Amino acid sequence: MRRIISILMENEPGALSRVVGLFSQRGYNIDTLNVAATEDPTLSRLTVTTVGDDRVIEQITKQLNKLVDVVKLVDLSEGTHVERDLMLVKVRAEGSARDEIRRITEIFRGHIVDVGPQVFTIQLTGAAEKLDAFLVAMEEGSILEVVRSGVVGISRGEKVLRL
Amino acid sequence: MEMLSGGEMIARAIELENVEYIFGYPGGAVLHIYDALFKGCKVPHVLVRHEQAATHAADAYARATGKPGVVLVTSGPGATNAITGIATAYMDSIPMVIFSGQVMSHLIGEDAFQETDMLGISRPVVKHSFQVRHAEELPLIIKKAFHIATSGRPGPVVIDIPKDMTKPDEKFPFKYPSSVDMRSYSPIQRGHAGQIKKAAKLLLSAKRPVIYSGGGVILGGASDLLTQLARELNFPVTNTLMGLGAYPGTDRQFLGMLGMHGFYEANMAMHHSDVILAVGARFDDRVTNTVSKFCPGAKIVHIDIDPTSISKTVNADVPIVGPVQTVLADLLTQVKALRKKDKALPDAQALDRWWRQIDDWRDKHGLWTADRFSTDGEQIMPQQVIQSLYRVTKGDAYVTSDVGQHQMFAAQYYKFDKPHRWINSGGLGTMGFGLPAAMGVKLAYPDADVACVTGEGSIQMNIQELSTCTQYNTPIKIINLRNNYLGMVKQWQDMQYEGRHAMSTYEDSLPDFVKLVEAYGHVGMQVTKLEDLDAAMEKAFAMKDKLVFLDIFIDPTEHVYPMHIAPNGSMKDMWINKHERTS
Repeated sequence: MRRIISILMENEPGALSRVVGLFSQRGYNIDTLNVAATEDPTLSRLTVTTVGDDRVIEQITKQLNKLVDVVKLVDLSEGTHVERDLMLVKVRAEGSARDEIRRITEIFRGHIVDVGPQVFTIQLTGAAEKLDAFLVAMEEGSILEVVRSGVVGISRGEKVLRL
Repeated sequence: MEMLSGGEMIARAIELENVEYIFGYPGGAVLHIYDALFKGCKVPHVLVRHEQAATHAADAYARATGKPGVVLVTSGPGATNAITGIATAYMDSIPMVIFSGQVMSHLIGEDAFQETDMLGISRPVVKHSFQVRHAEELPLIIKKAFHIATSGRPGPVVIDIPKDMTKPDEKFPFKYPSSVDMRSYSPIQRGHAGQIKKAAKLLLSAKRPVIYSGGGVILGGASDLLTQLARELNFPVTNTLMGLGAYPGTDRQFLGMLGMHGFYEANMAMHHSDVILAVGARFDDRVTNTVSKFCPGAKIVHIDIDPTSISKTVNADVPIVGPVQTVLADLLTQVKALRKKDKALPDAQALDRWWRQIDDWRDKHGLWTADRFSTDGEQIMPQQVIQSLYRVTKGDAYVTSDVGQHQMFAAQYYKFDKPHRWINSGGLGTMGFGLPAAMGVKLAYPDADVACVTGEGSIQMNIQELSTCTQYNTPIKIINLRNNYLGMVKQWQDMQYEGRHAMSTYEDSLPDFVKLVEAYGHVGMQVTKLEDLDAAMEKAFAMKDKLVFLDIFIDPTEHVYPMHIAPNGSMKDMWINKHERTS
């Protein structure tokens, strides 16, 4: 099962490599990974999506918690949450395809953020599935480049991940 | 406030941590630190002959004393040489602080002379690590390193120190913290009361119980409590390889070691049990055999300070996270309270049947009770060497070992009555551990008998330390079980590769060990006949101020038994000897 694990950790050199190293060392999967500083400059927030059965996920969260740099951790998929992935897609856009791409982009509530004579760059945000669906909707062969931020997420309601 | 250079701060901090020895080796990146040690540090430094030996010696010092081992090595090859020893300590949860030199800050990343990414290379085998970025941080970093290494589940901590952090002419105010508080690290102090109560009830309902205890009981200083609990309940106890000595080896309730080369009665009792109390043990693959077939009828109570150890390989029915010492104390209180209310607990009749069953197993194939090896031949049997060592040292020596057949024979035949006496690399299985380990133990306890049980393969992996033993006068006794083979490799080749001994013999290339140790200024003796064995052993231990190397020629055909049948075997599936198996 897919899980979104969100981690608050010390903003120290080497902290990220400990998390990433743990996954490779113990044979866990990383589907997406996102890390950045928070409003508190001493803390980073790292979000990782992974797959595994309950036993594996339990080990992953325990092993992450054991890292000295990890301050707090939550498995967002345990409760209701909002998740977002940001994607930039560069597509070939020529002739009648230009209108078609604009329509599809609107349907997906994306924005065209760069326009060239033959290419559009589209920005999309949403849950990972929505971004996947957009890529499927694009005409085959038109996609030139894709970059995604990886999933970030936050719990719904009052629940917060902070010190 | 006192103004000190980085090097001086390290020297002072080591004093303030009450470190007894620094094990290390100098080099370019740590010369400022060595100069500071030379100019004024009360803690003696032991100069080894290879950095791996420094880590093993410090590690064994920690295993024997319970205090953290301290290592100082230079950058690059000094650091990489230390890795095997750090990994050894990590696998067995041994508290150590390793100071490694690093090239100057501005050279990091430029492939400078003797540069290696020590943080990167050590990351998977340390509990935590630091790189010093500002010299004034040194006191806090060192305090944190000692705190992390020794608390919770202990482990090695690396402090990587770029050379410019220790410049003698750059001084900073020095104040060493008396304690440290880390928001991201606070090991648990007590077990969950409800879970402990549940565990007590389950234990008291058991009809075929067994206590399975590991190295965590020794590390957690809970041997006495474990013994009290076992006696209160009249439950049988088995120890892992790492846990030997946690429960008295000569006690009637002790079933011996369990696992791949565990005692028949211990493995049988585990397999047929209905309740297992696992304490400070981690269901290692060398214990469980095939996990899916592990102890099918048993409910498991698992006490461990590390939550990741619980339900990692074998599911725990009653998990208790906490220090073994406080949890066992609480559990004992609960058990006593429940027994006060209901004196019929645990079921004495059921226990009596269980003990009779265990005694049957003991009579049948017990290592100490049954005729387990041939004693009629001309050749010395390895088991007889350990029995002789046990007799001569009155069961009270510190015994270090390397890795292989000799290690298993020592674990099986030396009955450890006390914790901290059996010093071996259980998790990583590091050949070359025994000699530097014995050195570290002897420095900690100069008046104690310290024996290193080894083989010709392992001893040659760190034999250069014979020179360190000369320099620091560590009169250990090296018991070399010589069979002219890499014995355990040969055993597997005999059993699983139709006797094809690929690269498991040195042919005629072994040195004359007697002459070799004499060259270092020690005493060597060769023993080839059984009738000379005891006398040689006594003579060796009578030479209190001499390192003695006993080169004992043993039967090269002997295998270690019992041995779990693998793959797909359960705890009860064992080879009893070369011809007999349980299933």
